[in-house]
Formats: sequence, structure tokens, C-alpha cells
Amino acid sequence: MIEVSTDWYLTLAAILFSIGFLGMMIRKNALIMFMCIELMLNSVNLTFIAASRHFGTIEGQISVFFVLVVASAEVVVGLAIIVSIFKKQSSASVDLLRTIRG
Amino acid sequence: MEYVIQKKAKQWKKSKKVLDIVLFAVPASLVILGALIVIFAKNPVHNSMGLVLTLASLAVIYITLNATFVAMVQILVYAGAVMTLFLFVIMMIGVDKPEQTREEIKGQTLLVSGTLFILIGIISYVVINSGFKWDLWFPPVDYSLEGTPNIIAGTLFTEWVLPFEVISLLLIVATAAALALAYDTKPGKKK
Repeated sequence: MIEVSTDWYLTLAAILFSIGFLGMMIRKNALIMFMCIELMLNSVNLTFIAASRHFGTIEGQISVFFVLVVASAEVVVGLAIIVSIFKKQSSASVDLLRTIRG
Repeated sequence: MEYVIQKKAKQWKKSKKVLDIVLFAVPASLVILGALIVIFAKNPVHNSMGLVLTLASLAVIYITLNATFVAMVQILVYAGAVMTLFLFVIMMIGVDKPEQTREEIKGQTLLVSGTLFILIGIISYVVINSGFKWDLWFPPVDYSLEGTPNIIAGTLFTEWVLPFEVISLLLIVATAAALALAYDTKPGKKK
């Protein structure tokens, strides 16, 4: 009988990270790219919690809280930037951004 | 009598293992399904619903990993607050606009496939090379720590109190920045 070991969780986290990375690369909508960042951050959280159980320490779960806070701060600022970009050029596509280019 | 009890205990252990596998496999497949919806759906609302599916299934996995408080916070903060924010912005931007698919950067698809190939190659190399022997290299401890609010607070507010305060500062700065970005300067006023 096979047992659910920490490897399974780590593999799931790796798959989730790869999917997030793929989405980050192939999508052009800035909103979807933010969702993909969330996917990657969540895969890291899963790694933290799996390691926390594996080693019997609570620090992994505390790191998850810090990741959570940083993620929500990033979402708040990022979405505000997207909205202000959208007001200017009425599109959320990252490829059309030319404003920073000199 | 003794024999019957032993037999029952053995059966229970076996069914617990099956239960463990089911409790991992079902949420894990839902996590991957949600993630695929996030990156492949065309409608932004569908994308965000896929993200909700992923986050909720991850919360289930956290519960099986003894991290109950983190699971609850995951539901409240991620599936609740962050997704509400996403939906707000989707509604502000509008969902009818088709995504523009023309390549602005030449050779983008090729570059992406190459990078992905390398990334997946590295991951599978590491996985195959380790041969699922993580437990042998780093033996797990036999006690397990329940992530209750008591235990988390006990460490968070003693050893980790300085990072905790710093991160509250980060939140305030982010809120102020979002306000400053979203604040509409009146027309006619100098920017």
C-alpha cells in the first residue's frame, strides 16, 4: 500500500508553479497574469506547509502568513495600476504598453 | 476477542490509508483543473472562478496537512477578499473585450516554449533524480504539529513580532499607494 508522503505535495506544488509560469508567459491580459502570479505564490505556500508538517515546526505556516500579506499588498497595488492604465488606453494588454519607452 | 480487535484495527489502518490517498488525489486534481481554467479560459470571469476553485481545493489540502488555521485564512483572505478585488476590477474593465492575440514581440511563442521546456526539464530531472526519496534524506518527525491559532500566535507574537510589525507597515504603504493611484485628479487641475 502506498502512502501519501511529502513528495506528493512537493510534486503538486511544482506542477502548480509550472502552470502559473506557463500562464504568465502565454497570456497578454494583465489581470490574468496577476492570477498566474497568485497561482505561483500558492504553490510556494503549499511547499511551506508540507515542509512544516514534515519537520514538525510551525515556522512554515507563519511564513505562509507573510506570503499572504505580501500577495494581497501586491494585488492591491497591481490592480490599481491596471485600472489607471485602462483609463488611459482602454485595454489591459501588456503588449500595448509603450508609455515607459522613451 | 483480542484477535477481532486487532483485525478491526488493521482494517481501519488500511481504510485510513485509502482515505488519505483519496483526500490527496481529489483536491489535487481539482487544484490542477482550476489552474488550467485560469490560464486557458477566454472569459476573465471564468478565469477568476477557476482561481477560486484552486484556492478552495488548496485549503482542503492544508487541512489534511494539519494547518487548519492557515486553511481558514486561505478561504477568508484569498477566496474571499482577493477574489472580490479581482472581480471588481474585471467588472470595471469589462468582460466583452476579446483579448488581442497578435504577437507584438517577434518569436515570443518560440521563446516561451523554449523557456518552459527548460523549466519542466529541470523539475522532472530533480524529481526523477531524487527518486521520491525526500523522506529518506530528510526523515520526517513522528509527532505532528496542529496549526491551531494558539500555537501559531504563540510563535508569531514572540519570535516573529518584528517581521509582523514590518509587514503591517507594508500593508499601510500599499493601501496609500493604491489610493494615490486610483485618485482621479480633476480635469483642469494641474497634475
